[in-house]
Amino acid sequence: MSSYIIEGETGPWEVVIGLEVHAQVISAAKLFSGASATFGGDPNTHVAFLDCGMPGMLPVINAECVRQAVKTGLGLNAQINRRSVFDRKNYFYADLPLGYQISQFAHPIVGEGTVILDMKDGTSREVGIERLHLEIDAGKSLHDQHPSKSFIDLNRAGVALMEIVSKPDMRSPEEAGAYLKKLRAILRYLETCDGNMEEGSMRADVNVSVRHPGEPLRTRCEIKNVNSVRFVMQAIEYEAARHVEVYEQGGIIEQETRLFDSAKGTTRPMRSKEFAHDYRYFPDPDLLPLEFTQEFVDEIKAGLPELPDAKKARFIGDYGLTPYDAGVLVAEKETAAYFEAAAEGHDAKAVANWVMGDLFAALNRTGKSIAESPVAPENIGRLVDLIKDGTISGRIAKDVFEIMVETGGEPGRIVEEKGLKQVTDTGAIEKVVDEVIAANPDKAAEVKAGKEKLLGWFVGQAMKASQGKANPGILNEMIRKKLLG
Amino acid sequence: MSLDKATVRKIGFLARLEIPEEDLEGLAHELNGILGWVEQLQQVNTEGVAPLASVSETRLYWRDDVVTDGAMPEKVLANAPDGLDGYFLVPKVVE
Repeated sequence: MSSYIIEGETGPWEVVIGLEVHAQVISAAKLFSGASATFGGDPNTHVAFLDCGMPGMLPVINAECVRQAVKTGLGLNAQINRRSVFDRKNYFYADLPLGYQISQFAHPIVGEGTVILDMKDGTSREVGIERLHLEIDAGKSLHDQHPSKSFIDLNRAGVALMEIVSKPDMRSPEEAGAYLKKLRAILRYLETCDGNMEEGSMRADVNVSVRHPGEPLRTRCEIKNVNSVRFVMQAIEYEAARHVEVYEQGGIIEQETRLFDSAKGTTRPMRSKEFAHDYRYFPDPDLLPLEFTQEFVDEIKAGLPELPDAKKARFIGDYGLTPYDAGVLVAEKETAAYFEAAAEGHDAKAVANWVMGDLFAALNRTGKSIAESPVAPENIGRLVDLIKDGTISGRIAKDVFEIMVETGGEPGRIVEEKGLKQVTDTGAIEKVVDEVIAANPDKAAEVKAGKEKLLGWFVGQAMKASQGKANPGILNEMIRKKLLG
Repeated sequence: MSLDKATVRKIGFLARLEIPEEDLEGLAHELNGILGWVEQLQQVNTEGVAPLASVSETRLYWRDDVVTDGAMPEKVLANAPDGLDGYFLVPKVVE
């Protein structure tokens, strides 16, 4: 792993990064009410009296949200706390009608765990998880609808969130990006969060500080609510450079909350310090401690799907893929499933190359996801077989693939219909070769006189004359024999 | 433990309560009275006694993940001082 060091005038600076990720739990209803947890909807239509802070309403916990949190904890190889406590985090804001967020402070449902990062160079790195706790989301404020009023929609208020806190184990924007991607992949495999950062169902608060290597931690700043992997990386880059500049000019960094400006790629302090939060956490008297048995945990564990790390190891072991290729293919659950369907009974390495090369390029070009791929996975396997058994050349396969992308057709049939079968009949190839040599006597003479470089030119011409269908091995050999004897 | 006027002012601010200056002194006195009772409670020796979450023997009740509530925006908004198009309207708050 290449290190990310900022060279300052006072020596090299290391960046220390920790992330707090808010992941919206996939459930039908909210964490403590029976209102719908579905994204969107007309304003204030997914709101129970509890969610809008009406007096006399009591929270009742949604069993599915508990299961989802435990499942996520298991997926993060984390300690599951069979007893946890809900607290009130008190603050005042228009989209928080209760006046407090129900959260978990001292006793979260999930404790320490680990995430393994797959870096671009094929290496791995571990990042510690500090904790995961359950809490409710706030409502949504719209500030741009009216000159003097803010609009409040409480549909999101009370929806279950998992706050997943990492240890300050990351040392570069790249690692922070890899962590977010891996965490998102794990959540999607588990089906506990859809990981959709654009819709806000996954958001990150980024903690950044810098230090000279070997020093204790310095003061950190927290950048709130960054909503894409790219922005997280940009925010870290900017913030780390800012810290170094302040320190090197003799200043001090104050612990503060900042906002990321995605248009400028910069961070700025949240407006006023007098609003510095004092949350006055205390156990929510409306909720007893959350307790469950080991059997409850074991049952969830037994139902866990194969996760990215295990799948990656299996792809390397069973299919002989490189760690890098396996890492790319397991990054999205849908890609992994596609690859396995395509590789089943065919040359897996060749299939991996087609999926990661031509298929990814075609999907990119057409703006489609792998689930919408016009090419069925079995047809990639069949195409690979056609190359392997010599029916078509690798060159022709590219053309066949393009037709598959356009029509969704089956490769054997395309080859049949378009007459693309490779010519291995030496008589037919000889005829083409003879014609090309006869048409270019000067060049043929040059080759014979020792200019062997021109052999390639003859191969190209003959291949063209055969419309790409001549078997390249036979063609090569024949031209050598004819011209060099 | 004893609260001064500045602390009472801050507690009021955190709860968005506007407390007239002349009431601070009296409120500090009342709050200090409550804190005094709590201090008295803390004198009880609780060594080896697990924290008590509830005096009843019940456990936390879990609900099924089923949508049983909501879809009543007019009721939700019924007491709102101001609203438009199904939204609550509040004085502009921008951070």
